Amino acid sequence: MIYRVISKSEFRKFLESLIESNVTIGPVQSDVDRNNDPIYKFQQVHSADEIELDYTISYTAVKNFFLPYREKLSEYTFTDDDWDQTIEYRVHPRVLVGLRPCDINALNILDRIFYKGTYPSPYYISRRKNTFIIGLDHEPLPDCFCSSMNHHTVTEGFDVFCSDIGDSYYLAINSSPAFDFLKKFQVTVPTDEDDKSYIERRKFIKKSFKTNVEIGSLPSFLDIEFDSPIWKKWGDKCLNCGTCAMVCPTCYCYQVEENIAVNLKKASKDMMLYSCTILDFAEVAGGHNFRPKKEDRLKYRYYHHYRGFEENAKEPICVGCNRCGRACLADINPKDVINDLRLDNEERS
Amino acid sequence: MKNDLKLPVQDVNLEPFMATPPQYTRKKVLMKTDKVYKCKIINVIDLTEYEKLFHLKILDRVERKIFQFRPGQFVMLEVPGYGEVPISLSSSTNNHEYIELCIRKTGRTTNVLHEASVGAYVGLRGPFGNSFPMEKMQGNNVLLIAGGLGLAPLRGPLYWVSEYRDLYKDVHVLYGAKEPSQMLFTYQYNEWEKVNHINMLSIVENPDENWNGRVGMITELLDEIEIDPINTYAIVCGPPVMFKFVCNRLDKIGIPMNKMFVSLERRMHCGMGKCCRCMVGSTFTCVDGPVFDYWSVLNLKEAI
Ligand SMILES: Cc1cc2nc3c(=O)[nH]c(=O)nc-3n(C[C@H](O)[C@H](O)[C@H](O)COP(=O)(O)OP(=O)(O)OC[C@H]3O[C@@H](n4cnc5c(N)ncnc54)[C@H](O)[C@@H]3O)c2cc1C
Ligand code: SF4
Ligand code: SF4
Ligand code: FES
Repeated sequence: MIYRVISKSEFRKFLESLIESNVTIGPVQSDVDRNNDPIYKFQQVHSADEIELDYTISYTAVKNFFLPYREKLSEYTFTDDDWDQTIEYRVHPRVLVGLRPCDINALNILDRIFYKGTYPSPYYISRRKNTFIIGLDHEPLPDCFCSSMNHHTVTEGFDVFCSDIGDSYYLAINSSPAFDFLKKFQVTVPTDEDDKSYIERRKFIKKSFKTNVEIGSLPSFLDIEFDSPIWKKWGDKCLNCGTCAMVCPTCYCYQVEENIAVNLKKASKDMMLYSCTILDFAEVAGGHNFRPKKEDRLKYRYYHHYRGFEENAKEPICVGCNRCGRACLADINPKDVINDLRLDNEERS
Repeated sequence: MKNDLKLPVQDVNLEPFMATPPQYTRKKVLMKTDKVYKCKIINVIDLTEYEKLFHLKILDRVERKIFQFRPGQFVMLEVPGYGEVPISLSSSTNNHEYIELCIRKTGRTTNVLHEASVGAYVGLRGPFGNSFPMEKMQGNNVLLIAGGLGLAPLRGPLYWVSEYRDLYKDVHVLYGAKEPSQMLFTYQYNEWEKVNHINMLSIVENPDENWNGRVGMITELLDEIEIDPINTYAIVCGPPVMFKFVCNRLDKIGIPMNKMFVSLERRMHCGMGKCCRCMVGSTFTCVDGPVFDYWSVLNLKEAI
């Protein structure tokens, strides 16, 4: 990692140049919510003016640029009695600007599964390798709990990370292309003064978290609480809509479907992001459902997120962004569910 | 101001792995994960009204060589345009000519498969999953216990012990079916007994007028044989209710739970530990299973 400082006006020039040469995606206000607060979304921009660097948080996660809601896995072409399979991995060099530390950490968690895990996914790797990531720190929203999950700072998985120190950004440069690009702009080696502001900034952010979720020993007490009545209480509220998984930066469960073209000459095998809260997630042929009740499915989502799987070293995969809590129409959020479980655990022990 | 900041392109489509067929047993290596081995259906044997046995030949010579498996593993079988389903390998690990799969007709993909005739092409990925510890069982008695379609995954270990018969002591196959008409592989029982010296016992719940064998539940077969609990391993395949009953009986007889093996069934969409459809508690059935010893099964959340 190499550290530099760039003035905000020079940073703008850097962005403009990136946008000129590449497909660039950044946070843009797309709508307002029921309280008239802005809703932000990552989408392609054509000038630095469009990017709202002061945005709060994107409603959906950037995971969809790596794991699209729907993706063609392979294509079949039919001839008389035979068929042929073709597989092509999509390569789209892109710049993603303005990711928050937890967003980047979420990508690092997905990397553990799709890049470094068993059966690495070429679909994912192709996108990840060809995406240039610029991170940006921010003051947390009142309901963010990334600091509880230790995901409020980030040390890898990006090309450049910018910390706001007033008129300039303190840059952590983490890739060779990023270093080469920035050579063309006016960047300076951080002075003692810059270092101080940077440390102040980090302290300030750390202090600004208003929501804290106690996660220590969570993996083991989730096992103890497996049969807790708390799951029924929250399960009864759940609508099984799957929204939480769609907006979550680390949910990745999926479904595979095959579709035949209308002309009957082609077919495709597609993957589609799914959610474990949806009724038929664990249903098998013949109609048997391994998780028939709402509480079974909601519990399973929490179990996966906070207990973790072998694949991800049994660590929580939640980064604490609370996107799921904000999006849920039934008012289910990790903070309340975990606190409830913890209370129940304390009462019982 | 014109600074060219064009990103370098890293095209995975040009990487060497693209030119070689995937080898699904090398789980950590980058491969073309959704590439199927094209197979020709070279034989279809009607077993019952709902089950057929398919013989598939992998067409490409290199792929045929790569495809090596162990008893208990499964493949993802794809009918292009219809779907992909996990199916247990039901053949001998030494049969390098063709692969045997016994398929029950129960839904979209399996229905089309039952319409398929000799000469049709299907796709196959695999083998996936872990396997039965056949080497550990050497020098011991082996109980192979199957209920219904469970005889399909049991054929792997059955072929294995038959081919290495000297390495195992007494081998019993205990098979239970609902009705005589639903019994699978009836044409092979004689061979197993006479040629392979396997003690084959079967039982049905609802006999018909032509049935003159045993009637009752599969656990009753355990009363008919002598079991030395210290030197016996068991493999139990069938629906969860069935293996629960059988394993509890074996436990009473004194066989340690870590010497009983079962094969779990879950919904599967990838076979590669990605889609999460096959999770049991925090374990992937497709990668960490489908074979588990009974002790692990009892300790897995939501296994039965
Ligand atoms: C390890 C393993 C081994 C199996 N071995 C055999 C075998 O040897 N013979 C046999 O007849 N059947 C076997 N099955 C069950 C078989 O996979 C299902 O019957 C089949 O998936 C049904 O697919 P369908 O498209 O016909 O049904 P649909 O109900 O239309 O299924 C749609 C999709 O759901 C999934 N699915 C549905 N049921 C199951 C299920 N029980 N298990 C896994 N995925 C499911 C599949 O992805 C399938 O494509 C095995 C299952 C597993 C997990
Ligand atoms: S927790 Fe909320 S968002 Fe998730 S499925 Fe249930 S109702 Fe939908
Ligand atoms: S807070 Fe919710 S949306 Fe955010 S990572 Fe955790 S589970 Fe996913
Ligand atoms: S089948 Fe996809 S994770 Fe096991």
